Amino acid sequence: MNILGNVVEHYVLLASIIFTVGGIGFLVRRNVLVQLMSIELMLNAVNLVLVAFNRRHVGDMNGQVFSFFIIAVAAAEAAVGLAIVLSFYRLKQSVFSDEADQLRH
Amino acid sequence: MTVGNVFFALCSIAALVGALCTVLAKNPIRGAMGLLLTIVGIAGLFLKLNAQFLAAIQLIVYAGAVVVLFVFVIMLLGPDAGHAKETREPKAKLARAFAGVLMAVLSIVTLVLVLRSADKPQRFGFVGPTHGSVEAVGQQLFTKAVVPFELATALLIVAVVGAIAVARSRHQTRKPKENASPTRRFFHGPLHPRDAGRPLTGEEL
Repeated sequence: MNILGNVVEHYVLLASIIFTVGGIGFLVRRNVLVQLMSIELMLNAVNLVLVAFNRRHVGDMNGQVFSFFIIAVAAAEAAVGLAIVLSFYRLKQSVFSDEADQLRH
Repeated sequence: MTVGNVFFALCSIAALVGALCTVLAKNPIRGAMGLLLTIVGIAGLFLKLNAQFLAAIQLIVYAGAVVVLFVFVIMLLGPDAGHAKETREPKAKLARAFAGVLMAVLSIVTLVLVLRSADKPQRFGFVGPTHGSVEAVGQQLFTKAVVPFELATALLIVAVVGAIAVARSRHQTRKPKENASPTRRFFHGPLHPRDAGRPLTGEEL
């Protein structure tokens, strides 16, 4: 009677670890590309939690529908974020967030 | 140990290793590969949670589109994507380390508090074959969630137009500088006062 992977707590634990790793990566790394990837990690962790809780509540699909929308928003965010990175690189010849220190261009 | 337990363990280890690889990698390409590993691991966990439709969407959208977009941008930037100049602010490193430690401590404290107050874990109940299928998710998506669905289409259109507008090169709109070429400066404009008395170089002649 092994419960590994059959209770919601395991998924919440895993997702919180992934979310924390992503948060630390966003705060500590200076490479904007790595920071965007860390944001994707955090969004993925939230998706995992939503789907795991939806597995507990059999009978409606609200969690999975939420997760679907999060995936759509994450795709839009990645497209816009990478466009901003390209524009920033064209301006400063660098992708490090310390260089982004002026509001004009 | 059943097959399901082993599958959960493998997928969660893949997700964790991928997450650490994403954050720790010096080379952004390796980071993107770590992100890919995390996404595949989480798609496996979606399968374990009877969310087949979302597992497919996860692989198509994240692994197929987002990670490929990251790899495109990293390769477009070339070696500049990884090299850091020395930071000008001496306290910046300390501030970053402090932020990271604070995030870790807050997460661990929250997790310990939550786990101590949690009840005894309950196993997942039995689930019908329709849970997580395309029909079930689509049914909900096009009845209860139809307005957010339409808004998501608008969001994607706006994001695509915005991305093109932001990333577009501005070279066409910039006017060429007056007297830019040395020949033009020599024949059509006064030399700069700081050039007075200086013999012209071969390029200017």
